[in-house]
Amino acid sequence: MKTAEEAIKTEAAVSPELGIRLYRQMVRIRLFEEQVNELYMRALMPGLAHLYIGEEAIAVGLCEALKKTDYITSTHRGHGHCLAKGAEPDRMFAELLGKEAGYCRGKGGSMHIADPATGNLGANAIVCGSAGIATGAALTAKRLKQDNVSVCFFGEGALGQGVLYEVMNLATLFKLPVIYVCENNFYTEYTHYTETTAGDILTRGTAFGVHSESVDGQDVRAVYAAANRLVSRARRGEGPAFLVANTYRYTGHHVGDINREYYRSKQEEQEWKTKRDPIKNMGEWLVSQKITDAAALKKIEDEVRQEMKAAVEFAIAAPYPSVEEVDQDVYA
Amino acid sequence: MPETAQRELTFAQAIREALAEEMWRDPRVCIFGEDVAEAGTPFKVLSGLVEEFGAERVLDTPISEQGFTGMGVGAAMTGLRPVVDIMFGDFLTLTMDQLVNQAAKVHYMSGGTWKVPMVLRTTLGATRRSAAQHSQSLHAWLCHVPGLKVAMPSTPYDAKGLLKTAIRDDNPVIFFEDKMMYKQKGRVPAEDYTIPFGVADVKREGEDITLVATSSMVDVALGAAKLLEGIGVSAEVIDPRTMWPLDEKTLVESAKKTSRAIVIDEGYGRYGVTGEVASVIAEGAFFNLEAPVKRMGAMHVPIPFSPPLEDVTVPTEQTVFEAARKLCGKA
Ligand SMILES: Cc1ncc(C[n+]2csc(CCOP(=O)(O)OP(=O)(O)O)c2C)c(N)n1
Repeated sequence: MKTAEEAIKTEAAVSPELGIRLYRQMVRIRLFEEQVNELYMRALMPGLAHLYIGEEAIAVGLCEALKKTDYITSTHRGHGHCLAKGAEPDRMFAELLGKEAGYCRGKGGSMHIADPATGNLGANAIVCGSAGIATGAALTAKRLKQDNVSVCFFGEGALGQGVLYEVMNLATLFKLPVIYVCENNFYTEYTHYTETTAGDILTRGTAFGVHSESVDGQDVRAVYAAANRLVSRARRGEGPAFLVANTYRYTGHHVGDINREYYRSKQEEQEWKTKRDPIKNMGEWLVSQKITDAAALKKIEDEVRQEMKAAVEFAIAAPYPSVEEVDQDVYA
Repeated sequence: MPETAQRELTFAQAIREALAEEMWRDPRVCIFGEDVAEAGTPFKVLSGLVEEFGAERVLDTPISEQGFTGMGVGAAMTGLRPVVDIMFGDFLTLTMDQLVNQAAKVHYMSGGTWKVPMVLRTTLGATRRSAAQHSQSLHAWLCHVPGLKVAMPSTPYDAKGLLKTAIRDDNPVIFFEDKMMYKQKGRVPAEDYTIPFGVADVKREGEDITLVATSSMVDVALGAAKLLEGIGVSAEVIDPRTMWPLDEKTLVESAKKTSRAIVIDEGYGRYGVTGEVASVIAEGAFFNLEAPVKRMGAMHVPIPFSPPLEDVTVPTEQTVFEAARKLCGKA
C-alpha cells in the first residue's frame, strides 16, 4: 500500500499544447489570487479570502481531465477550482466584491461561488460540507447514464468529518463515479495535520473499498496523469476513487493570517516556494523539453496579468445588486 | 471599592478570565475545540490558556464537531466539566444529535441519575461579511429543547458572570457570544462573581415602551432608546441574559408598566426567540397593553454576502427607532 507521503512518479504523456495550457491555467489562478490579496490590502474586499496560491497544480491537473459537464464541488479555498473548471475571472471578482454581475449575484461571495454552466456545484464554507453533494451528483450521473463524473475537492481538515466516511461507504456500495480529492496542504487553520489526523490517510479510502492513490500535488503533469486514470476508471463504471495530493499553501489560512511563525517556520515556507513551486517547475520542464522558451512563458504571464487586471476593473466598476433582491431566490 | 472594580476588559478578555478563574478553581474544568490551544481560536478569545493550563486541559481537536461534542457529553457525565468550543454557531448543525438527543436528555432519561455538566460556547451574529454559512444566529433551536439552558451575554460584565455560572451548572449550557462584540470594552471586576441564570437585567429604565433585546441586539436597542429620547419617548431596555431559564416576571412587569413592547433578537423572526418572548408578554400583560407586541429579528433569508444586502437583514438602531415610534403613535 502506498503511503500519503509517497508520490506517484508518472512521466505523463503531455502534448506540447496541453503542457502550455496546464501552465497558463496555473498562472491564471496565481495571478487571480494575487489580485484578491491586493483587493484585500486596499480594503476593497469585504470579508475574508482564503488563497489557493501554491496549490494550483491540483485544481488544474484534475479539471483538465474533466469535461465541461462533469461536476466539481469546492471549498472555502475554492477560487482555483472554480477557474480551472472554466469560470470567468471577471464574474468571479464581481462575486468576491458582492456585485450583481457575480456568479451568485453577490449573494454567495468568495466561499460560495457556484456555476451550473461549468458543472460547478458550489464552493462550501462548511469543512467537508460538499462530500454528500458530490456523491449525490455521481448518483445522478449513474442513474441517468450521463457519463459524467464528480470530483469532490477538500482539504485534509475534512478528514475529521464523519460524513466523509459515510459517503465513501455509499459510493463503493453503489459504485458511483466520484473522486474524492484530498488537498493535503499540511495545515488546517493553524494546526499541523499530524496533530489532528491519526493513522495513514490513504487507508481511510481503502477501508471502504475505494480505490486510493497519492500524488505529488506540486507536479501538474503527475496530477493530470492520475486524474486521467481515475476519471476514466469512474467513467467506465469502476467506482469511486480517493486521491491524496500533498501540497502547500504559501500564504496564511486567510488573507489576514500574517504572523504564522507560531505554527510554521518561514524556512519551511521558503523551501516549498523555491523548490516545489508548481508553476516554476512546470515552466522549467517546458523549456527543458524545448516545448517553449522563457520569453514565451513571460508572454503568457503578461497576457494573464492583463486579463486579471481587466477583470478586477470590471468588478470594481460593477454595481451592487439592488436591495430589493435580498429576499429573492430563497425558494425556487 | 477596590481599584480593580473600575477595570475595563474586552468581551473576549472577560470570557478568557472567567475560564481561567474557573480552571484554577476546579481542576475538572477543561476546554476542547478546533485551534483552541496555541492559536487561541481565530478570534483569539482563548489566547494564553494552553500556556497557563497545559495541553491536557486545553485540547486541540480535529475538525470533528460531532465527535468532540459527544466526547464532551461523555466526559461531563463521568467526572470532567468540559467547555466545548464550536468556532461558529453555524457549525452547531453538526453537533445537534449530541446536544439534542444526548446531552439534553441524559438526566431525564436516566431518572435523574446521570448529569451532563457541560458548557458549549459558540458564536452568533451577522454583518461581518462572512456569508450564509458563517453568519447565522441559531440559538432558538437550542431554546426549543427541554434539558438545555441557553445563555446570551451582551456585555463583558455579563459574559464573565454568566460563564462562571454556566461552568458551575450541572446541566448542559449553550453559551452564545456575538462575534462582533469580542473587542468591545466594559467594566469587569477582577474578583470572583457569578450572575444567576433566569434573571433579566434592566439595561436602561424607561416609561413609555419596553425594548426586550438579546445579545447583539442590546446595543442596538440602547442606541434606539437614545434616538427615542430625542422625540420624547422614554424606552426601557431589558436583556433577559438567559433565554432558558427565562425571567418572565421582569419582562411582564416592565410591559405592564410601559404598556408597549418590542422584542429584538438576531435570530430569524419566524418561529424564533422573539415569538416566544412576545407571547410571554402578551399573555402576562394583556390587559395593560396599548398595542400588539412587536417582534424584530433577522429577515427570513440566508444571510447574503453582498454588504448592502446583508445590512438590511438585521435590525438596526434606526429600524428599531422607527418601529418604536410607530408603536407609540408618534408620527
Ligand atoms: C464544519 C466546520 N468546522 C470548522 C470550520 C472552520 N474552518 C474553516 S477552514 C478550516 C480549516 C480547514 O482546513 P483544511 O480542510 O485542511 O483546508 P485548508 O484551509 O487547509 O485548505 C476550519 C477549521 C468550518 N468552516 N467548518
